[in-house]
Amino acid sequence: MNHTEAQPIAEITWTGGPSPLAVNKKKLGMWLFLLSDTVTFSSLLIGYSYVRIASPDWPRPFEFYPAIVKATLMTVILLTSSLTMVLGVHAAHKNERGRAVKYILLTMLGGVLFDIIHISEWINLMINEHVTPFHNPWGSPLLGGAFFGLTGLHMLHVTIGVIYLGVIAWGFGSKRFAAEDVEVSGLYWHFVDLVWMFIFPLIYLINVAPK
Amino acid sequence: MSAREEALEQHVPGTTKLFVWVWVALLIMTGLETLLAYEDMALLIMLTLLMGLSVIKTGYILSYFMHLRFERMGLFLMIVPSAVFLVCMILLFLYPDSIRLMHMQAR
Repeated sequence: MNHTEAQPIAEITWTGGPSPLAVNKKKLGMWLFLLSDTVTFSSLLIGYSYVRIASPDWPRPFEFYPAIVKATLMTVILLTSSLTMVLGVHAAHKNERGRAVKYILLTMLGGVLFDIIHISEWINLMINEHVTPFHNPWGSPLLGGAFFGLTGLHMLHVTIGVIYLGVIAWGFGSKRFAAEDVEVSGLYWHFVDLVWMFIFPLIYLINVAPK
Repeated sequence: MSAREEALEQHVPGTTKLFVWVWVALLIMTGLETLLAYEDMALLIMLTLLMGLSVIKTGYILSYFMHLRFERMGLFLMIVPSAVFLVCMILLFLYPDSIRLMHMQAR
């Protein structure tokens, strides 16, 4: 085989008839990654639910203020950042690069705000309430491990998302990336939002402090 | 830019108005969830209601924000049933023991 005449991999086209899913490979790859991440978060949430049921002395420490107010605010911020992200994807598909970058930057701002509020919540729990991953003053020590493990992994996803969106905003603004790259990053961001829709009720709302 | 890429660029599903309405619906459901947490009811009923609302919210996010409603059925069938199956398998693994523990706690 003459390698100099070989077609570059990027130019090889689908020859198996009509594309069954009609999505590009980046989008398909992201969907498959999100499917694997679904398993990660589901395992953690179901494992947490199991230890919560299994522990008769499971504490319910979350007061209306600051915990529930902050968690609700964080939910609103994440949902709003999802709205700005989808509007950014919309603008990117219309090739309105400036508007798309503005929306992506707003989404990143939402992510940063979410992280700041979440870290303040962590500091409050650790310093004022003396909760660590292995100990708390109220009951089952598993509370700290479950809380910090689940919310920590989610916060890591948000932080990675903010960095990822920063790269996408720079690349799309400088015409290095296409609209499909913005759409793929949007899928990741919405997934982070989606996971929080389960962490919020299971971690916070079920453990509201009794009146 | 190839014809396929051009077609992809022109593919703009949904409208701003639609996305804003979905966002409003998600905010209302979040408010409902927070209110529910302060209602005096059995844990099992509250958990069912909260998870029900979360599943509806997930449906909205997947359908509109993640554009799954505008994609081919093949992609939906590849992603959603697989995710549901995997979650059910994890649940099934812990389900009998969880129920046993719940009854032990009730006594």
